[in-house]
Amino acid sequence: MDTFGLLAQGLLTALEPMNMLYALIGVTLGTAVGVLPGIGPALTVALLLPVTYKLDPAGSLIMFAGIYYGGMYGGSTTSILLNTPGESASIVTALEGNKMARAGRGGPALATAAIGSFVAGLIATIGLAFVAPTVVKMALSFGPAEYFALMILAFMTVSAAFGDSTLRGLTALFIGLGLGLIGIDLQTGQARLAFGIPDLLDGIEVTTLAVALFAVGEALSVAASKGGDSTIQAIKGSVWMTREDWRRSWKPWLRGTAIGFPIGAMPAGGAEIGTFLSYSVEKNLAQKPEEFGHGAIEGVAGPEAANNASAAGTLVPLLTLGLPTTATAAIMLAGFQQFGLQPGPLLFATNPQLVWGLIASLLVANLMLLVLNLPLIGVWVRLLTIPLPWLYSGILLFATLGTIGANPSTFELGMLLAFGLLGYGLRRFGYPIAPVVVGLILGPMAEQQLRRALAISQGDPMILVHSPIAIVLLLLAATAVLLPLYLRARGRGKVLAQLGANED
Amino acid sequence: MKQFVLATIVAGALALPAAAADYKIMAPAAPGGGWDQTARSMQTALQDEKISASVQVNNVPGAGGTIGLAQFVNQANGDPAQLIVGGYVMVGAILTNASPVTLDQVTPIARLTGEFEALVVPAASDIKDMAGLVAKLKADPGAVSWGGGSAGGTDHITAGLIAKAVGVDPTKVNYIAYSGGGEALAAILGGQVTVGISGYGEFAEQIKAGTLRIIGISSDAKVEGIDAPTFKEGGVDVSIQNWRMVAAAPGISAEQKAAVLADVEKMVTSASWTKILADKGWANTYLAGDDFAAQLKKDTESTAAILKDIGLVK
Repeated sequence: MDTFGLLAQGLLTALEPMNMLYALIGVTLGTAVGVLPGIGPALTVALLLPVTYKLDPAGSLIMFAGIYYGGMYGGSTTSILLNTPGESASIVTALEGNKMARAGRGGPALATAAIGSFVAGLIATIGLAFVAPTVVKMALSFGPAEYFALMILAFMTVSAAFGDSTLRGLTALFIGLGLGLIGIDLQTGQARLAFGIPDLLDGIEVTTLAVALFAVGEALSVAASKGGDSTIQAIKGSVWMTREDWRRSWKPWLRGTAIGFPIGAMPAGGAEIGTFLSYSVEKNLAQKPEEFGHGAIEGVAGPEAANNASAAGTLVPLLTLGLPTTATAAIMLAGFQQFGLQPGPLLFATNPQLVWGLIASLLVANLMLLVLNLPLIGVWVRLLTIPLPWLYSGILLFATLGTIGANPSTFELGMLLAFGLLGYGLRRFGYPIAPVVVGLILGPMAEQQLRRALAISQGDPMILVHSPIAIVLLLLAATAVLLPLYLRARGRGKVLAQLGANED
Repeated sequence: MKQFVLATIVAGALALPAAAADYKIMAPAAPGGGWDQTARSMQTALQDEKISASVQVNNVPGAGGTIGLAQFVNQANGDPAQLIVGGYVMVGAILTNASPVTLDQVTPIARLTGEFEALVVPAASDIKDMAGLVAKLKADPGAVSWGGGSAGGTDHITAGLIAKAVGVDPTKVNYIAYSGGGEALAAILGGQVTVGISGYGEFAEQIKAGTLRIIGISSDAKVEGIDAPTFKEGGVDVSIQNWRMVAAAPGISAEQKAAVLADVEKMVTSASWTKILADKGWANTYLAGDDFAAQLKKDTESTAAILKDIGLVK
């Protein structure tokens, strides 16, 4: 049977009333846990595993997939409205989304995130159905050297998130890189910078740092400012997207999907990298780059599409190779196994009904999420009409609960507070927050890949440029650095500099 | 409809703190890993077989289980209702992390399951069997890169043992650590490393599909259903098992220990447990009480020795 026939049959499975119900439960739960910082889809699926043991395989896998997609969706809501990223993949969304929300444009920001996620989820799921084998082949050709080149590209382009001062941006990035060194070194098993504290052996949790810097730091900074100078305007204009918003959003949705899907499919990619790359692509292509940092809708549309596309991408290696590349995928793998199913090269052949049912129900879940979320936008934006002291104490409560929920230890809470103070300090002195988190995510990845590459080549640095993929990625990275310099030299820099000056 | 009600209850339960439990099992790892799955399988079997009315699982992730172990030793002291799941990886982690708390401080109950290490190469590799690998290793140890799980874990230890057994300096082993079997699998399939070493289950589907070739398995004798020679048959005198165990709290009385042992024994011989093991492809390597304690002591000593040889522990 051809792919279309199989997919149609899958849709029939997915549209059975019971399976629809599982999908609905899944997306609702997923959205709820995505909203809570710290408690992610991985934990939820793990908690549900023993219960689903008694259900039929198709139903429970459909529910897990719904949770996964829902989690990716829900994370954006708190990022945009409260500047509190629920998952590491929605950190970039907070950059522009929260600025929009503060200017009364929370509605369009949420709408572009929701519709962008839908578009990306739709295209990427169809991609999963049709090009999975090709994508997997490409992903496997990435060795340590290629990953390292990809990390370099991410580092170079992420400077788009640095804000106006390169020096301050780099300072913040290096704080993050420093924090990334803490913990057991993977290659040698030795503890670094742990100072004999067992809680530091596994390094610093990205969500703890992100929630602390963004949410706690923000709350402290609001509390410290002399009362009354609220910059939040709850609603200005329509809560829906204008024609202008649509025009500026559709291309970032598609570009975000194109970036997120292949990166999600890579065994060592990770959803965050796709969002970083998408953000910087949008900033470079934007007609009004000066709006970036002050609430550009492209900066929400692109990264949100990228993170949902990469969620679908993650299922490519899971279904075709049995390779889980995220924590959630690892638990879904355990879910497969408890029904005696072993994802791998043979799964499509041995259990076509289940695989195609799963893919089809992802399409259904995706549609459900849109239907569920769009009408809620009007309700969500009203959160911002809550008086500031209440709003921020609520944010602190959620941040603390989420951190305890993910890792019940007093030390973790202490870190949340300490990093919250750091976040306050950075804000007070005008340093950007995002590069710290970016450094913590990318630093350890880049280090491990570089060391693996050099270990495999027994110390020969030429391995870093041994393949066309690595060379192309490194050239792109060089372009990302040199192009702005060249433009500046040709005189357009004056305009850029002026814009920069106006922003202050 | 019953299933719907069930799912709704679960949704509600997520928000509530767990109720009091007859047994409280700590999985000293993040949800989804082997220890977590072991703990949750125990939960299922103990409840289904009515051995315990309610079982609660909590996860304390970090540092090869040593963070959970330290918390368990401190908080569970003398409480016969608390159990901890662990395994061979913990033995190595305690040594490499210089953990202040060791397995001597808990009450070992039983080894439950075990998995053998498989040595694989990509289908296109010119290495056909163990002898081929040994020849390469002897010619230039650094040129053979080994892909597996984190440094100091079972995979790394096995690589070190193989080198030592064929007379190659274990410190020369070019071991490339990946954060898990999945990431290592991608590197092996992509031909990024020379050989892959990890639990057989990580590779089983790829071996069946013919994309990976298995050149050895770390068991003492041939394993049913696995078409591969043992390391010993390949001329390398190494056998190792990545086992998982359950232990009780320190400071419990002999009667309390006997009661836990009896419950675990009942669970291991139950139909539910047999089915779970079959579904997950885990081998039943049940070994209880003093026999297990003796085995544990032996494993700890040999692991300390090989970690010193590899150079991870001074």
